[in-house]
Amino acid sequence: MSRILKHRLFWPVVVLVALLLLNLVFTDGFFRIEMKEGHLYGSLIDIFRFGAPLILVATGMTLVIATSGIDLSVGSVVAIAGALACMRISDLSDQNSVAGVLSAVGIALVLSVVLGLWNGFLVAGIGIQPIIATLILMVAGRGLAQLITDGQITTVQSSSYKLIGGGYWLTLPFGIIIVAVVLALTAFLTRRLALGLLIESVGGNAEASRLAGISARGVLIMVYAFCGLCAGIAGLMISSNVSSADGNNAGLWIELDAILAVVIGGTPLSGGRFSLSGTVLGALIIQTLTTTIYSIGVPPETTLLFKALVVTIVCLIQSPAFRAKVFHRRRRPVPASTAPEEKVRVSA
Amino acid sequence: MAAPAPILRMSGIGKQFPGVKALDGVDFRLLPGEVHALMGENGAGKSTLIKVLTGVYDIDAGEIELEGRRVAFSSPLAAQQAGISTVYQEVNLCANLSVAENIFIGREPRRFGRIQWQTMRRRATEILSRLDLDLDVSAPLTSYSLAIQQMVAIARAVDIDAKVLILDEPTSSLDADEVAQLFRVMRRLKEQGIAILFVSHFLDQIYEISDRMTILRNGTLVGEYLTSELSQVDLVGKMIGRELADLEKLEARPPAREAAPLVEADHLGRSGAIEPFTLTIHEGEVVGLAGLLGSGRTEVARLLFGADHAGTGSLKIGGEQVNLRTPRSAVSRKLAFCSENRRAEGLIPDLTVRENIILALQAARGWSRPIPRRKQDELVDKYIAALNIRPANPDQLIRNLSGGNQQKVLLARWLILEPRLLILDEPTRGIDVGAKAEIQRLVAELSDGGMAVLFISAELEEVLRLSHKVGVLRDRRLVAELDNDEGLTTDTLTETIASGARS
Amino acid sequence: MTGITGLLDRRRTVPQKYIPVLVTAGLFVAMFVAGGIRYENFATGQIILNVFIDNAFLLVVAVGMTFVILTGGIDLSVGSVVALATMLSASLLKDGWPAFAVMALVLVIGAVLGLAMGAIIHYFEIQPFIVTLAGMFLARGLCYTISTESIPIDNPTFTDIAQTRINFGGDLSVTPSALIAVAVVLIAAYVLHYTRLGRNVYATGGSEQSALLMGLPVARTKIAVYTISGFCSALGGLLFAFYSLSGYGLSAVGMELDAIAAVVIGGTLLTGGSGFLLGTVLGVLVLGLIQTIISFEGTLSSWWTKIFIGLLLFVFILLQRVFSGGSRRRAP
Repeated sequence: MSRILKHRLFWPVVVLVALLLLNLVFTDGFFRIEMKEGHLYGSLIDIFRFGAPLILVATGMTLVIATSGIDLSVGSVVAIAGALACMRISDLSDQNSVAGVLSAVGIALVLSVVLGLWNGFLVAGIGIQPIIATLILMVAGRGLAQLITDGQITTVQSSSYKLIGGGYWLTLPFGIIIVAVVLALTAFLTRRLALGLLIESVGGNAEASRLAGISARGVLIMVYAFCGLCAGIAGLMISSNVSSADGNNAGLWIELDAILAVVIGGTPLSGGRFSLSGTVLGALIIQTLTTTIYSIGVPPETTLLFKALVVTIVCLIQSPAFRAKVFHRRRRPVPASTAPEEKVRVSA
Repeated sequence: MAAPAPILRMSGIGKQFPGVKALDGVDFRLLPGEVHALMGENGAGKSTLIKVLTGVYDIDAGEIELEGRRVAFSSPLAAQQAGISTVYQEVNLCANLSVAENIFIGREPRRFGRIQWQTMRRRATEILSRLDLDLDVSAPLTSYSLAIQQMVAIARAVDIDAKVLILDEPTSSLDADEVAQLFRVMRRLKEQGIAILFVSHFLDQIYEISDRMTILRNGTLVGEYLTSELSQVDLVGKMIGRELADLEKLEARPPAREAAPLVEADHLGRSGAIEPFTLTIHEGEVVGLAGLLGSGRTEVARLLFGADHAGTGSLKIGGEQVNLRTPRSAVSRKLAFCSENRRAEGLIPDLTVRENIILALQAARGWSRPIPRRKQDELVDKYIAALNIRPANPDQLIRNLSGGNQQKVLLARWLILEPRLLILDEPTRGIDVGAKAEIQRLVAELSDGGMAVLFISAELEEVLRLSHKVGVLRDRRLVAELDNDEGLTTDTLTETIASGARS
Repeated sequence: MTGITGLLDRRRTVPQKYIPVLVTAGLFVAMFVAGGIRYENFATGQIILNVFIDNAFLLVVAVGMTFVILTGGIDLSVGSVVALATMLSASLLKDGWPAFAVMALVLVIGAVLGLAMGAIIHYFEIQPFIVTLAGMFLARGLCYTISTESIPIDNPTFTDIAQTRINFGGDLSVTPSALIAVAVVLIAAYVLHYTRLGRNVYATGGSEQSALLMGLPVARTKIAVYTISGFCSALGGLLFAFYSLSGYGLSAVGMELDAIAAVVIGGTLLTGGSGFLLGTVLGVLVLGLIQTIISFEGTLSSWWTKIFIGLLLFVFILLQRVFSGGSRRRAP
């Protein structure tokens, strides 16, 4: 029992289950999943479907945070990818042409990777603090997205493009399939192959990693590029779902939700150890929270209040200091000497 | 010497951490005007005792008396206000602030709540000049060397009307001149009747400066002795609790066999770091580097490993001309480098012992070719056993290991690569005597097995004991290369370092 | 017995700490001159005063942010707290509360919110980023709970303040809000430079661990900076209410980014411990001047502002690397 209690995903799971149970009480058939016209429907499916972009962005963010970085620019990349794809598609003579849509999607994704590389270059090449380096693109990127759409909301009429965010495949929403593929790929790269160890090592101590023969710079750039790619896919999903691109509002604050999802999932902002499953759990908690608020009839205006509440609770429960102070009422003995020591070094 | 009343008395101190009894019934006393060394291996409880005394931790048992009054400090601040000041191993000042502020922060001279900068600078200058220091007090502390920063820390401590001054490993990163300067300051403070608690791993320093010592082992008190009445051998014996023949055993080193040159540095140099030097290391040879801190020892190692780029000269490895641009390319040529700065340049604290051990091998293979788990376990178990790493649990986080065991893990990281040249920069600094002997023995075995070793250490005995050949550095220049034959002693080495002349 | 002057390896770094501020000042002047050459009626004192008037609230918010960033923290909640302050003022005034009671209450609420966040950050050791993010959601959520609509303010005290102009002679005039902002800057600069609290802020940002071991009240300092930031945000919100004469839950979205950008452009390091309030003032002025220039240009769309700010951030960060990067590298 105590092993389960100590598992780092214990509390996030508890919170998610509590939220789902709350829904069960308020909504009849919340757990029911139906088959209509060969598509799966149900509240649980919806949580996954609407949560798909967040899970994607949070997956990329997890790896960035594991390198003790942060990427504030993902929201802007979401907007840019959607804007570029929609602009390209709206220029097509036949908006339903698969080849045309594919090339638009391809260009948007390439640009997302390029933007990620830019972040990686600033962080690893020039050595700028990640939070500032990505702040640049966060601010400028919104402007770029609006520049691409010329400040308008660009709408497209393309059934092929609609598939990405709103379509179905093999009875499942296509977005869920994309997420599953990206997650599986990420898990394979990081856990089956050795990328995860190298990322955690760079996040834990970049200089030591370099001296151990790891190309820390390469790892960082790769991770930021991957994060850009994830954000780009999420951007396509979001714009495809509404068949339009809004440079100003698409993906607004998604970086904050993504960071939250990562932290709720137990990956510390200080880098090092990361947990992909924790991140998925965190993203699902955030999405379920939104769904819950609608389903139990709380006015939607207060969504943010609940979010604040849940975030605070989850983070407090996971904080060792909080647990020590509230549950044990004893002074923390060991951490005082371990954690701060690393900060002590004087830059002589 | 008629003993005056102790200014500080700790009795029956006990401190429990989850799973560990850090201190158990320890008594300790400190007399005014003495330098008192606190001795013990890593993990003996020295730092816990200091932290208990200065209010960083609560005590679970026992009591503390300062000037006859019972005290219990809730924080370092409370201890400081009562007259117990501490200067830690790594300077605990704010390097972004000016020298004057670092001396006065928290008790700045004020009028109506407004800080009097003029007065503060003037008084800071006065205080420093009393310690023979002439600094620009309005300059940020970062602009001074670590040694100066340490003196500033002491100046701050002393000015807070300290009755007790705790110096926790202040000398570990100072060179000989700086240590001498520190000792001058300590003696001056001693004359003023301040009681100094001194912690250091350097036995020579302990014998030079301390009057009395208290020895701890595994959280318990071994005893209190007058320094003049306890020989070094007895001291070491009491610290580790067993007779230490290990250190002696290595004395007889077989002469280096004639072997092929492995690394040939020809006028390799980097401006601002090290003057061009020429050095050849043969297979199976242990080359020692001796010199003061800052003499360029580490810089030689970093150039040979590609951690820094060489500005001039050329480097041959195994007869082949190479240009090492990154540590990665050095590793691929089977060079390995254990940095002197374990915490900043070695450990990945959040990872387990197993992950830390396989890291370099994994890096060499690249991320797309993971080491199979079974192979990992095999390698890790082998080296945990071979190096006697404790606890022998591969899934323990490395940050929870003692300094000596962390060092062994880092050694294991490189040994599984089976390097041709192993560069060890201060591998035995700050670790306990037992682990030190084990590492020394290991180096000897490795070189017997054909591995070349570049061994850097501040302790000349150690360099002499292990090396076939000693390179002497001074002022960022390789000034001499001496064969380690009968004629070479620590005295001749010291002389070479001091004079810089080739003998 | 000689001193150890021989061991001194002091490098010439004294003026270095002023360089980022000087660069920002130079940029401001350059932009002003360029604007003056390019547009008519640009190079007047009133243009600068207008930048103060239009950005008074941002200036106050950025002052609070500077305190937080100097300790090495960050406060994402400021924009929402600004909105909450306008919302609270508007709705309380509508309910007939006296103006000064409203102002006092709003300021207290802002400070208490900051205090609470600071306490959580310090005592439960949760990253400031996350705590203030939760604070951001909370404040924004409270706004929407009050109302999702914009509430106009017609209280005479507020409208008076909004319409008052203080003349400097000539054609120069400012609003009371701009003067309040300047007063806040002056007080804050005094606090940072001449009081223990201010120095503790720098010390905590330099090395929290050291500050703790030197016996400085780190807990109080950290909680104080978030309280100050909360207070400044609330005050900024009041100024914003004077400026817009309404309360709206969607106002000041993203203002935390502007505030952070102003602080960074002003040369303060996000790692803490280094920077000046004057830099922040210049940062706000530069941001304000960009907007002025874009409005003078007329043909440029509003999104160019964002792109320019992004570019500026990039250039400044690069400059900071060039100037300070060298000395921060590994020294012997």
